[in-house]
Amino acid sequence: MSLMTQELDYGTPEVEATTMVTLTIDGVSVTVPSGTSVMRAAITAGVSVPKLCATDNLAAFGSCRLCLVEVEGRRGYPASCTTPVDANMKVKTQSPRLADLRRGVMELYISDHPLDCLTCSANGDCELQDMAGAVGLREVRYGYEGENHLKAVKDQSNPYFTFDPSKCIVCSRCVRACEEVQGTYALTIDGRGFDSKVSPGQMESFMDSECVSCGACVQACPTATLMDNSVVKAGTPDRIVTTTCAYCGVGCSFNAELKGAQVVRMTPNKDGHANHGHSCVKGRFAWGYATHPDRIQKPMIRKSYNDPWQEVSWDEAVNYAASEFRRIQAKYGRDSVGAISSSRCTNEETYLMQKLVRAAFGNNNIDTCARVCHSPTGFGLKATLGESAGTQDFDSIRHTDVVLIIGANPTDGHPVFASQMKRRLREGARLIIADPRSIDLVRSPHVQADYQLKLRPGTNVALITALAHVIVTEGLVDETFVRERCEWESFVEWKEFVARPEHSPEATADITGVPAEEIRGAARLYATGGNGAIYYGLGVTEHSQGSTMVMGIANLAMATGNMGREGVGVNPLRGQNNVQGACDMGSFPHELPGYRHVLDDATRKLFEADWGVPLEREPGLRIPNMFDAALAGGFKALYCEGEDIAQSDPNTQHVTASLQSMECIVVQDIFLNETAKFAHVFLPGSSFLEKNGTFTNAERRISPVRKVMPPLAGKEDWEITCMLSNALGYPMTYTHPSEIMDEIARLTPTFTGVSYEKIDRLGSIQWPCNDEAPEGTPIMHEVEFVRGKGKFFPTEYVPTDEKVNGKYPLILTTGRILSQYNVGAQTRRTDNVDWHEEDRLEIHPHDAEERGVIDGEWVGIVSRAGETTLRARITERVQPGVVYTTFHHPESGANVITTDNSDWATNCPEYKVTAVQVMPVFHSSKWQQRFKQFSELQQELLDGREPSTAPAR
Amino acid sequence: MSHDPDQNLVHMANQIGQFYEALPDRAEGLAGIAGHIRRSWDPRMRSSLLKYIDERGGDGLRPMVREAIELERKELTPDPIQATYVKQG
Repeated sequence: MSLMTQELDYGTPEVEATTMVTLTIDGVSVTVPSGTSVMRAAITAGVSVPKLCATDNLAAFGSCRLCLVEVEGRRGYPASCTTPVDANMKVKTQSPRLADLRRGVMELYISDHPLDCLTCSANGDCELQDMAGAVGLREVRYGYEGENHLKAVKDQSNPYFTFDPSKCIVCSRCVRACEEVQGTYALTIDGRGFDSKVSPGQMESFMDSECVSCGACVQACPTATLMDNSVVKAGTPDRIVTTTCAYCGVGCSFNAELKGAQVVRMTPNKDGHANHGHSCVKGRFAWGYATHPDRIQKPMIRKSYNDPWQEVSWDEAVNYAASEFRRIQAKYGRDSVGAISSSRCTNEETYLMQKLVRAAFGNNNIDTCARVCHSPTGFGLKATLGESAGTQDFDSIRHTDVVLIIGANPTDGHPVFASQMKRRLREGARLIIADPRSIDLVRSPHVQADYQLKLRPGTNVALITALAHVIVTEGLVDETFVRERCEWESFVEWKEFVARPEHSPEATADITGVPAEEIRGAARLYATGGNGAIYYGLGVTEHSQGSTMVMGIANLAMATGNMGREGVGVNPLRGQNNVQGACDMGSFPHELPGYRHVLDDATRKLFEADWGVPLEREPGLRIPNMFDAALAGGFKALYCEGEDIAQSDPNTQHVTASLQSMECIVVQDIFLNETAKFAHVFLPGSSFLEKNGTFTNAERRISPVRKVMPPLAGKEDWEITCMLSNALGYPMTYTHPSEIMDEIARLTPTFTGVSYEKIDRLGSIQWPCNDEAPEGTPIMHEVEFVRGKGKFFPTEYVPTDEKVNGKYPLILTTGRILSQYNVGAQTRRTDNVDWHEEDRLEIHPHDAEERGVIDGEWVGIVSRAGETTLRARITERVQPGVVYTTFHHPESGANVITTDNSDWATNCPEYKVTAVQVMPVFHSSKWQQRFKQFSELQQELLDGREPSTAPAR
Repeated sequence: MSHDPDQNLVHMANQIGQFYEALPDRAEGLAGIAGHIRRSWDPRMRSSLLKYIDERGGDGLRPMVREAIELERKELTPDPIQATYVKQG
């Protein structure tokens, strides 16, 4: 619970209704939607009603009996939380009888509650304390000698919060939060009457239960029963700064609660437009990495990656980097240098990076993390719809009737949005899941997929074409929509293409491994079940036909009329906090900000005029091309901010060979990551808590990032890029990121209405934000598509080159887990390691038995690219012939075995299909042995670094 | 995938070709292949591919890819200064 924010709690949820009701409460007239509770109406009218079990993100429960009121003409004293308003109702919230009743309730509570307010972690921030004061409690006539729960034992199994049942008032808010908000149903009330107690799982500890540590129960708890350990240790925070999470693409709004410059806790912002007051274990609790001892706080340089680091001043580091870039350009050519940005950068920082590359380096060798995840989304949706972004906001799910999830695992990758999705599914929406692996959503409390299309990895396009075949041949096309909104000729061509017999579910069943009747059922449901919305992830894009598949998804949505309104659409679940923003800001070798091609003369002239330099019109190098060019001798220097290509990119040995061939690698990051082990200049960056800027989430929602503490190394990331640009001779004189956003708005049509003032006023803005949409655009393509008419494309299935054979008979696919984030640089430095201390290889029992693999024992995994070892986890989540792992720990070497195969249009790596063999082993792989030695060496070189004699700031 | 740079480029070009070959309008497909390479390959990659075609007959390239490149060779040919990886000196 957080009373710090002074956010008003209305007691019961807001109701949407078309009719309004007027009533009088304590003589004050108030008008509210029909169906609103009397409690909410009272609070709306400014009348305070005592309450303990009621809170406005949970349905009314009516158990605490504190909120009783008197209603003229009605008997008794109804609970105001469970009583709906009536026209002309006259309510009294205060009377001598009500006061007696309330004091009586509080006497009961306090007779079984520790009287340690002054030393309690909730002191000053406790609703029980507040209610005792509000009802005028002066004595407890029962005394304190009766049976009680004061000796109940604390559960401290969760690293982030403590459960102290001695303080529990059994209001059930935590249980209800776990059900209604999170949807995990991990908690229950065990026992009855006096024996009632909150029970995680089957009377297990929190850690052993199904609890996913989202913090909803802690947030809901009105007492100290569920309390952040950080508050127990540090005390109540004294100031708040609202900011945006730096983890996944949901982009939750958080209140950083601080004492001075120390973060005490992060609580979800009730007014967060993406998350509506909910959070997950990462954003809520795993922020301690920002002050981890591994933080590098001083700039460092060295001549070679085998040399010890030397701490230097900022000026020296930046000047050295700039001189190296210029030296290398003079020797090898203007195009021999480039940069890689990442989602760790704010929009403003990414904008500056691409500006530095274009204006200071003079080329277009700038790329970003989206290359390896959603670049096919950008290509595919631009081609079909005209804009490189998802079409909806998250709230659109509230109006969805059929959810089709393809290649995504929302409960792990986008947990807060998944909770919203689960709520809609519990309300009755239908669910289709296309994934080689059984994700949690297939079957979870009160949620079950109607269709689970467990296809073979690499066969997505065959599946989507088969779904389209059913829709077209069974007359399920929304022809009215297509005629009005799409290029008819492209539709006719596409219709003929998908209708061919070879694209039928029966013909493709052998390819996909999905029975034909399942495909037919799923297609019919999507096309006829009401509002159909497609949500997809990297299981779509990280394939050799990633872009084709995205087009196939858009084809399906257009053909069924599932576009241009709430409840429908094409929803790419962008994985990272600012990967959308990185793309929007033109961090691409072929596009300037706003997805305009560098070849476009008018766009280039616009930027040339503003930036004062001529700009290169030829496209530059994508990240994989940078590696190839490095090995060919033509790419020799790299400025890399926040991206760890040595861990996250495929075919690690190829990547590290490329890095070793470069003459100057400048890494700007907060930790010495895998890429930095090959670097020559290390510029210590700032976490999201240490800088101002904006992030853009998967909904195109631009949200504020606010500095809550001074940067540990003295500079915000954008300041460092400015310094480097100045040292290169291209002046950057910004004094605040708002000026950078003003420039972006000046030059980018979809951003013209964006400003920090407007973001502060509105809370967040979904682009396009311009004269046509001054407050932003939640739903896109409502009247027409951005390209005018939507365009259909044939999606011919082309099998991947990555074939299984006798030597590599299994397919490895990869994914994520809730508690860890991407390469784990942040989450591995928090207590989240308690949930996932190592990556494991999931293998089906049949495949395991064939190979003599034992659960928990080491196995070798070998592919055409390399080999590594992991511990096995035998599970039926994966199908026979498929194995699965995560990539959160560098020593796992998951990318040693992934290959260079990539999407035809964007070179997005085909992480999801690697042919492998698995066998029991007794020692680590050669790569892992070399990795361990190299890492130990680099740690020694870091530990032995020469301190600077000059001040670092 | 091969780490022979030329074979790498051939492979990438062929992948592009396989998508555009499915378009019913052949002219659109040819323009699509050439346009995609023009818009997304850096000059040195394009130059290397053209050199491969000139010196090794474009061995391994799909016929439609060859045709598309020949049709748009002028547009695909970069400025000579940007065409090579390593500047002498």
